[in-house]
Amino acid sequence: MTEVAVAEASMVVEESIERQGEFLIAVLQDIQEHYNYLPEAALQEVAARLDIPLRDVYGVATFYRSFSLAPKGEHIVTVCLGTACHVRGGARIVEALARELEIEAGETTPDLEFTLETVNCLGCCAIGPIVVVDGEYHGEMTAQGAVNLVRKIQKAERV
Amino acid sequence: MSRITIDGIEIDAPEGWTVLETARFLGLEIPTLCYVEGLSPWGGCRLCTVEIGQGERTKLVTACTYPVEEGLVVRTATKRVVEARKLILELLIAQCPTSKRLQDLAAQMGVQEVRFKPKWENCIYCGLCVRMCEEQMMAKALGFVDRGNKLRISTPFDKSSEECRRCGGCMYICPACTLRCEGAQPEEVLCGRCESSTQPTCLEVHDNYACWMGLTGDCGTCVKEGAEK
Repeated sequence: MTEVAVAEASMVVEESIERQGEFLIAVLQDIQEHYNYLPEAALQEVAARLDIPLRDVYGVATFYRSFSLAPKGEHIVTVCLGTACHVRGGARIVEALARELEIEAGETTPDLEFTLETVNCLGCCAIGPIVVVDGEYHGEMTAQGAVNLVRKIQKAERV
Repeated sequence: MSRITIDGIEIDAPEGWTVLETARFLGLEIPTLCYVEGLSPWGGCRLCTVEIGQGERTKLVTACTYPVEEGLVVRTATKRVVEARKLILELLIAQCPTSKRLQDLAAQMGVQEVRFKPKWENCIYCGLCVRMCEEQMMAKALGFVDRGNKLRISTPFDKSSEECRRCGGCMYICPACTLRCEGAQPEEVLCGRCESSTQPTCLEVHDNYACWMGLTGDCGTCVKEGAEK
């Protein structure tokens, strides 16, 4: 990491601690929101400022699925593969999206535009299969419908 | 002081003692693996399982973490306890058949077969190295990373840690890597050779997991410089 990046991480962490107090997970969530992932420099900064061993910070950061140590895409596409969504074709949606974006589930496109994720249940099984794009829920989704959602974002970006 | 009963023996145990400490005080034998004096009790390996309670309402608990309480009735060698321990040891051996400590325990406890598919891993997640590093070596270089079936023990970012002083405490305490058993084979996971021979057969076994500062990084705890992850 460059010096500039380390200075930025330091600032992000400091601001977050001022806002959240000395709560590790809350601070990590702030960092994740700022960067879309948890950079190494930021985690080291957190460990130093909160006086928590780095190995514990790292342990927490790797324990929770909502934290990521690798950069995530700008748009996060989550497909539910819970039982109800699965029987209604959730797996087909993942396949279609994987083909469209040319990545596997859990990966990020090289241009850092999209991350494709799967989740095991979102708790709204009645409207399954569900696809969540940037926090917005789309119920009764089809493979083609999901691909269209992604294309719409790509089109909007290009304009 | 709390008056408890262990295997029919009544004893006044001081406040703060665990069932394991009390049983050892009485000279009763309870097998342990992840319990080491001088490190905090962990309750991870479950080998020190004992039965508490009376009549219909008994349950199995780990002796190393269960504090004594007034009127507690403990039994350390019932059929249920012995069978539970054997099952636990079978699972541990299936995870890491190359551990001499586990193979020795199997011989001691009379485990005759391992009914699970061996996984040939080199870690049983007993957490001894993590506690050793933190509590005795004051380094906190090692920790648990990830979770569930991806759980492993490593240094932050899988890099050589600045806190690590290469003391080797983690290797010294490890029940899986320091003493390796070469008797475990895919067709017969249990070794038992030490049991039938007066000459220990495995003391000369060395591989990258028993590195003792060859620093190959294979054991996954201290140094990973250049190792692909």
